[in-house]
Amino acid sequence: MPSTLIDKLWDAHTVADLGDGTTLLYIDRVFLHERTGSVALQELAAAGRAVRNPEQVFCTMDHIVDTLPGRGDQTRMPGGTEFITATRHAARAAGINLFDLGDPRQGIVHVVSPEQGIALPGVTLVCPDSHTCTLGGLGALAWGIGSTEGEHALATKTLVVRKPKLMRVWFDGHVAPGVYAKDLVLHLIQHYGASGGSGYAVEFAGPAISALGVEARLTLCNMAVEFGAFTGIIAPDEATIDYVRGRTYAPKGADWDRAVAHWRTLKTDADAVFDREIRVDASALGPQVTWGTSPQHGSAVDGQVPNPAAEADANRRQAMERALAYMGLAPGTPLAGLPINAAFIGSCTNSRLSDLREAARVLRGRRVAPGVKAICVPGSTPVKLAAEAEGLDQVFRDAGFEWRESGCSMCFFAGGESFGHEERVVTSTNRNFENRQGPRTRSHLASPATVAASAIAGRISDPRPLLRD
Amino acid sequence: MEKFTALTAIAAPLLRINVDTDAIIPSREMKKVSKVGLKDGLFAGWRYRDPVARTEDPDFVLNRAPYRDARILLTGLNFGCGSSREHAVWALHEWGVRCIVAPSFGAIFYGNCVRNGILPVVLDAARIEALAAQVEADPSRPVTVDLVTCTLTAPDGTATGFEVPPADREMLLEGLDPIGVTLKRAADIDAFQAADRDRRPWIYLQPGTPAA
Ligand code: SF4
Repeated sequence: MPSTLIDKLWDAHTVADLGDGTTLLYIDRVFLHERTGSVALQELAAAGRAVRNPEQVFCTMDHIVDTLPGRGDQTRMPGGTEFITATRHAARAAGINLFDLGDPRQGIVHVVSPEQGIALPGVTLVCPDSHTCTLGGLGALAWGIGSTEGEHALATKTLVVRKPKLMRVWFDGHVAPGVYAKDLVLHLIQHYGASGGSGYAVEFAGPAISALGVEARLTLCNMAVEFGAFTGIIAPDEATIDYVRGRTYAPKGADWDRAVAHWRTLKTDADAVFDREIRVDASALGPQVTWGTSPQHGSAVDGQVPNPAAEADANRRQAMERALAYMGLAPGTPLAGLPINAAFIGSCTNSRLSDLREAARVLRGRRVAPGVKAICVPGSTPVKLAAEAEGLDQVFRDAGFEWRESGCSMCFFAGGESFGHEERVVTSTNRNFENRQGPRTRSHLASPATVAASAIAGRISDPRPLLRD
Repeated sequence: MEKFTALTAIAAPLLRINVDTDAIIPSREMKKVSKVGLKDGLFAGWRYRDPVARTEDPDFVLNRAPYRDARILLTGLNFGCGSSREHAVWALHEWGVRCIVAPSFGAIFYGNCVRNGILPVVLDAARIEALAAQVEADPSRPVTVDLVTCTLTAPDGTATGFEVPPADREMLLEGLDPIGVTLKRAADIDAFQAADRDRRPWIYLQPGTPAA
């Protein structure tokens, strides 16, 4: 019977069918970070349980660590040091792989995982972090869990999972210059809602997806959780295989050949059936930006703030009204031209080398508008070093951006650094929730190129006129 | 794990859609490597006019009597979306919530509820709005949720059935330790791993750092 990629991965990892719709699924790899991994490791140890295969478990420091140069265990986040030291101790005691502060592999968990060849096509990988779905961009079946489920995966190498329904989102056409994976996924969420993928695992496919680079695929899958999905995935292809080749933990020698032969079989069969199919014309899309406090509150950058009065559904209308009050916006205001206070390029969504290169295409030879605080936080130490090797750091610095050490930084507010009360930030991150980037901070999600163009103009701006080769 | 069988309690209406886990427990409220000490941070951005000084907003539903004693939350679509932080569930639990009724839940949040003895009930939005209207008319009249019979009884006595996936229902009713249950299948896991090692040898890393 023809089957989907997700069916194939599900079956290949089934230890036992537990009946009543749940499966005992084998988990190839677990990744942890200091914010949620620390508590999972501690609770497991307190219960007297060991990590079953510590060599398959990884941990990085990303969420709480400072990103200012010269950082150490001290943090601007009150109490942050405890998270770092507790994680370090627990990770050493459990014998897992730790990418500590100062380690050349350190970085944001979902950036490090593909970069080091830990996430691979066809693996199951979990992490107590919702954006674990990012790794679907490599063809991994990867999803976020809670800390308690994390303990289960660590102790048993398995999880009890209810199989989600399957959806395919097919992107026709091709993405125009100045339009990115971020714009595709923001558009999808805008049209189908932040719970549009609820109950589904989503396979992204179609010509516009095949044409995306692997890093862009990671960006797209990163926001599957913002669509409400269990996870997102893209079938591996030759671009994926080229990406994985030579990475630190990737297979070598004869193992590599066997792995590649296996990866080439990982695709959805022609006649396989999904529970739901959506088609999107990628050619018709321009750059997107959000105006509200849910990723579904989005628009084309040349659009306007919508009028809640035109929304028929009462719950959605109220949410829109709350969002506009929070964001300090009036219906009908054009989005392009809104004055901003800050610009942020970073996060597991958009902080890889290709993202920094696109932003640099806008920034080269230009200056950030006076009064705009502009920050770039590379997604990992290797990204930072690679960017510096090709001179991108100088482009950012010359333009007036801060250039930081890698980590989650101001993707979220943990009590330390923030952008400030009612400051308007254009940001390459994935969540524009109330208070996400600081108390009463107003976040507008967009691609790195749109963030860069907005930083230069001091206002939300379409990047297309500014992109240089 | 804590059991859930049945509950009769005050229900608090919070009919907002897409309530994310950052709103349930803001990051700045997760101050320690711990599951406890979170209840004061619950909905901090909404509960307090000034989250630092802890000045309550008297208009926020959970600050009003008798909702201060609510054990059941009536809420909107996609409750608990966003971050996987289990602290959201720990904070709700510590504050006193034992049952959340919504048209849908964030997937990770749903699983976290079940693992911490909180019953997530899925009902359609119209039904929840009707329930909220009854509760608002007289907030002191309780709602009953019974997981044995899978029924929710409104203040006026009308009962509605709901569905909970059997494995989740059993875990809640029995208060099972999921790791303990799975470890009973250790032989199956060992056998799977041995066969898989032959099938996909490249998955099995050796301890220590490989050469780049
Ligand atoms: S960069 Fe932001 S979204 Fe990504 S893992 Fe870190 S905090 Fe979460």
